[in-house]
Amino acid sequence: MITTSEILETIEMISQQHLDIRTVTMGISLRDCGHPDLRTCCDRIYDKITKKAENLVRTGEDIEREFGIPIVNKRVSVTPIAIACECCDTEDYAAFARTLDRAAKEVGVNFIGGFSALVQKGFTTGDRRLIRAIPEALRDTERVCSSVNVGSTRAGINMDAVALMGRVVKETAEISAGQGCAKLVVFCNAVEDNPFMAGAFHGVGEPECVINVGVSGPGVVHHALKKCAGEPIDVAAEVIKKTAFRVTRMGELVAQEASRRLGVPFGIVDLSLAPTPAVGDSVADILEELGLESVGAPGTTAALALLNDAVKKGGVMASSNVGGLSGAFIPVSEDAGMIRAAAAGKLTIEKLEAMTCVCSVGLDMIALPGDTPAETISAIIADEAAIGMINQKTTAVRVIPVPGKTVGDFVDFGGLLGRAPVMAVNPASPAKLIARGGRIPAPINSLKN
Amino acid sequence: MKAIVTVIGKDTVGIIANVCSLLAQNGVNVLDISQTVMREYFTMIMLVDTAGCKVDFAALADILRKDGTDHGLDIRIQREDIFEAMHRI
Repeated sequence: MITTSEILETIEMISQQHLDIRTVTMGISLRDCGHPDLRTCCDRIYDKITKKAENLVRTGEDIEREFGIPIVNKRVSVTPIAIACECCDTEDYAAFARTLDRAAKEVGVNFIGGFSALVQKGFTTGDRRLIRAIPEALRDTERVCSSVNVGSTRAGINMDAVALMGRVVKETAEISAGQGCAKLVVFCNAVEDNPFMAGAFHGVGEPECVINVGVSGPGVVHHALKKCAGEPIDVAAEVIKKTAFRVTRMGELVAQEASRRLGVPFGIVDLSLAPTPAVGDSVADILEELGLESVGAPGTTAALALLNDAVKKGGVMASSNVGGLSGAFIPVSEDAGMIRAAAAGKLTIEKLEAMTCVCSVGLDMIALPGDTPAETISAIIADEAAIGMINQKTTAVRVIPVPGKTVGDFVDFGGLLGRAPVMAVNPASPAKLIARGGRIPAPINSLKN
Repeated sequence: MKAIVTVIGKDTVGIIANVCSLLAQNGVNVLDISQTVMREYFTMIMLVDTAGCKVDFAALADILRKDGTDHGLDIRIQREDIFEAMHRI
């Protein structure tokens, strides 16, 4: 029998420490939806998504009620549209985004990911058409998320794609008042089973349909760490590991249950400490609990490295299949502690870049001055991609050059996307580097065979 | 199906009787009860069997939650599996 204190501990995690299942994401293959005729192609996509995900939201809500654990988001990810729709004879790829949006609304999911292209080694015709359509697609849709993979450890970095994405980010910001950029991620080493948005897509090696679950809980880790204040750092690592284990076990249970009820195979559990703007749900708070006056102070990277690693170690034993991004996210606008530090000038883009070497993803939800040149955004993408390529990890850039705003202004993205201070960018120009184009060759550590 | 009912709130007369009769009305069998008063807070944990429950689980959870709100208590019912998963290997 479970003891009273264990039951109360679980209840407290849920009711006071923001423990939740962040997302149940259904991955759906669209590889059989392609057709030369645009209308037919869109109909096939709409029909497949609405059929497969018909019961996703209701099932999620049923599980939520029975287990008494909030499932915050129900989402869908699909095969990258540049692959699924390549045979379609059209330039109008935004039409596919509008179809995805319509399907998402019909099944009641709040985001749908997969308006994506994988161009780490070069572009196909479909890739180019999709990337060209991103600004319009994100302006015209509410729930569609887009991602482009521009590099990998195996392939190197496609600098033509990096240059192009700098312009796409700028254009998206300009035609959507910045909002569209919150749904656009540029990746290096993108993962195929990530359930978290905005970077989720259903990889080509994935099955027909799959359930992936993302668990969160920065508040729970923070609370657990309060009990070992002043102890050696390895004690803290142990506490994080044990907490991560418990949280992931809960994710595994929900994932297996959702998979069984929906009759869809279980893919992975992704334990990512994903902050929300709510007080007490912050990764920055954890880093500060480890002993920093403010996130961004010297020592932040070391503390984050410990956190990210301990989370993975705890999660890996708790689930039969851990995957996705598993680690700690460091979005600025979605984390009350990061916002506080950035607004006070204690957290800079350069420090965030260093932190991305050891966190689970990359530069995330950072507001930039509206007049930041496209080449500078491209160069930020290139730096992040280089970190990912050399360190064999996923990195990403989700920055928002907010039109008309400058350093010190605040921008509100609404809801889970939060609010952020516009951060300063180094004014020195990388324009000539970006103008070179070409491809950064794959690094020596990619040659493993 | 086994589930855990937790009742947390300010101690008043008749809490146990009230929750037990609600459960009985809905055909839920109580298998085990433990309760303590920590400071002035009343904490009761019940292991129940919902196999004979006359309403579906979600409806039962709503009935309990609403009754809790009416009496200034936090009443939850959750499947036992979640506690097992989190605290037992």
